[in-house]
Amino acid sequence: MVAGSATGRPAGDANDEPEGTQAMSEVEVLEAVKPESSPATRGGPNLSATTAPRARVVARDVHVYYGETHALKGIDLDIHKNEVVSFIGPSGCGKSTFLRCINRMNDVIEGCRVTGEITLDGQDIYARELDVVQLRARVGMVFQKPNPFPKSIYDNVAYGPRIHGLAGSKDVLDGIVEGSLKRAGLWNEVKDRLKEPGTGLSGGQQQRLCIARAIAVNPEVILMDEPCSALDPIATARIEELIDELRENFTIVIVTHSMQQAARVSQRTAFFHLGNLVEWGETEQIFTMPNDERTQGYITGRFG
Amino acid sequence: MASRDISETHDWFSDSARLHIKRRHAADRRLRLYGIGAIGLAIGLLAVLLGSLILSGHSAFVQTMVPLEIYVDPDAVEPDNVGGGNYRKLVRDAFQDLMPGEMSRTKQRAYLDMLSSGAPFMLRDRVVSNPSLIGQTVSISVPFADPIDQFHKGITPRDVPEAQRRVSDLQIGYYDQLLERGLISAPFNWTLFTAADSRFPEMAGLAGALVGSFYALLVCFLISFPVGIAAAIYLEEFARKNRWSDLIEVNINNLAAVPSVVFGLLGLAVFIGFFGLPRSAPLVGGMVLSLMTLPTIIIATRAALKAVPPSIREAAFGIGASRHQVVMHHVLPLAMPGILTGTIIGLAQALGETAPLLLIGMNAFITSAPGGLTDPATALPTQIFIWADSPERGFVARTSAAILVLIGFLIIMNAIAIFLRQKLERKW
Repeated sequence: MVAGSATGRPAGDANDEPEGTQAMSEVEVLEAVKPESSPATRGGPNLSATTAPRARVVARDVHVYYGETHALKGIDLDIHKNEVVSFIGPSGCGKSTFLRCINRMNDVIEGCRVTGEITLDGQDIYARELDVVQLRARVGMVFQKPNPFPKSIYDNVAYGPRIHGLAGSKDVLDGIVEGSLKRAGLWNEVKDRLKEPGTGLSGGQQQRLCIARAIAVNPEVILMDEPCSALDPIATARIEELIDELRENFTIVIVTHSMQQAARVSQRTAFFHLGNLVEWGETEQIFTMPNDERTQGYITGRFG
Repeated sequence: MASRDISETHDWFSDSARLHIKRRHAADRRLRLYGIGAIGLAIGLLAVLLGSLILSGHSAFVQTMVPLEIYVDPDAVEPDNVGGGNYRKLVRDAFQDLMPGEMSRTKQRAYLDMLSSGAPFMLRDRVVSNPSLIGQTVSISVPFADPIDQFHKGITPRDVPEAQRRVSDLQIGYYDQLLERGLISAPFNWTLFTAADSRFPEMAGLAGALVGSFYALLVCFLISFPVGIAAAIYLEEFARKNRWSDLIEVNINNLAAVPSVVFGLLGLAVFIGFFGLPRSAPLVGGMVLSLMTLPTIIIATRAALKAVPPSIREAAFGIGASRHQVVMHHVLPLAMPGILTGTIIGLAQALGETAPLLLIGMNAFITSAPGGLTDPATALPTQIFIWADSPERGFVARTSAAILVLIGFLIIMNAIAIFLRQKLERKW
């Protein structure tokens, strides 16, 4: 069915809904939003425009079918440069499915059919002449469960540049690995043991290693599918900080079940429900005065 | 109807509840005992099998020998025709010298018959490989003929009437004299591993069969390993699931269950009949065995590929690896321990397979080890088949010994499989 949204999540997940949601009053939501409520003052993006020229990913009337199941029913959404967009919604609502449309990871799933149009920098990513391998280098992905390769830390980060032929020499590759690990905030922890297996790191370190692996090929967009759902609160906080730093260079789309997280890290939020994009807009607006009563119901924990 | 709280109606400590718990525990114990019984039975049967093989086969690992001092007379062996010398006379004269005094012709024949007919060939091989021995005295241990060998090992008892044993009273007399003088010894039977087949049990060995089996397994591996892995990768990583892939899957599973004799017939008709490949050759044997091993390898490889966590595939796809890169860089290396284990177990099966080899003529009587893939050869299981069919008493023990050698190789191959699995398996 719908890939990777609710299925396979570890039991006892610290960020799991709906308990957390129900416990959170509207006031708490507001407070969680506040620190992020002034992106404009930092010269942040102009959030009022819908199809601004700076839109990086544009989706129009996207439908996804898994065999007979109609998983996404006409999604129209713009994702802007250097902004973090979070997708929220109850399990099985299609947010992960839509995320996976952006780098065509759904291609791997059998019986999956995508209609409509998604463009990256004006280029149709479902066009016949587009090479999906190149697309996935431009649109990186970080998964729900940290999944480093069972190789050394160095090889994990170097893998992308190697297969895409981005590094001509060992020195260049060393530089890319160091730079990526630094940007992922992992360099100081692993610089003395780059030859050790990446699977020997802690969960939070593994996830940052996966982020380093994704940014090593210098993508334009990074997709994150519940990147913190398998991590403890401290590791989660580090990843969230990291997302905020990465925003300077990358466009980030994050799927999350934690509304506090969406409020903390994103400038825009899109709320999905039963395959529909119910509402999207500035995070502050979505969490304080949603237009749709379904959004209102979800963020206040009346259903989830 | 109103719902009821069980704690109000059920007493966990009543007699009936206690009885219920007791029954459950008894059922647990019974199940455990059945399992222990089944394993005990299996181990017991295995012990009986190995015990009987060792009991009947151990005597074949030693050979009764007599040391001879042979003067290689230049009159009997001419330097320019070393192979054609009269070695029979030399050996017989030397053996005769061990028993001084005049003998009647009958007695002399009975005495000389105690020596293996293969003894002159051993001397010939020695001199041919080193012609400078001509004119010198050679010390060589030669085997006794099979009846004396059996008598020395106690397999032919002394107290049966003369007419019912192949050793005459006269020969026993000579044997006792030689034994008294310390001229009879029973060292390890290296011939069993260095010689090929022979009509004389004391000269027969497994070298030809071992080399034949090695060549056949080599061919089998070279065909079935790459083909099997390629087929499994296609089915597991590339093929779309539809009616055709289901059909292929069912057929591969069926192929694994086809009786091996059928593959032998196929090999006979196609490889030998149609393509005109030589009979009795390890090449054809290996090709037939690879037909049998292929399904095993495909099934094992698919299972190993399936066991690779999908998160690894996703990670590789997510960074932009092509299907080829995902398979070659990540999935295949992680699946390798399982693939190798399956392959070695498939090859071990092929090593023990007899029926298809009989049909393509690998049960021929071959007296020298094959020099190549197309030379006539036997294999270990067919050698066992041939020996089990031979009338000479000495082949009874050699059959068991050959089975022990085959089982030894199977154990070694399975041990390699276990070793590789533990050595290569990566933890994450």
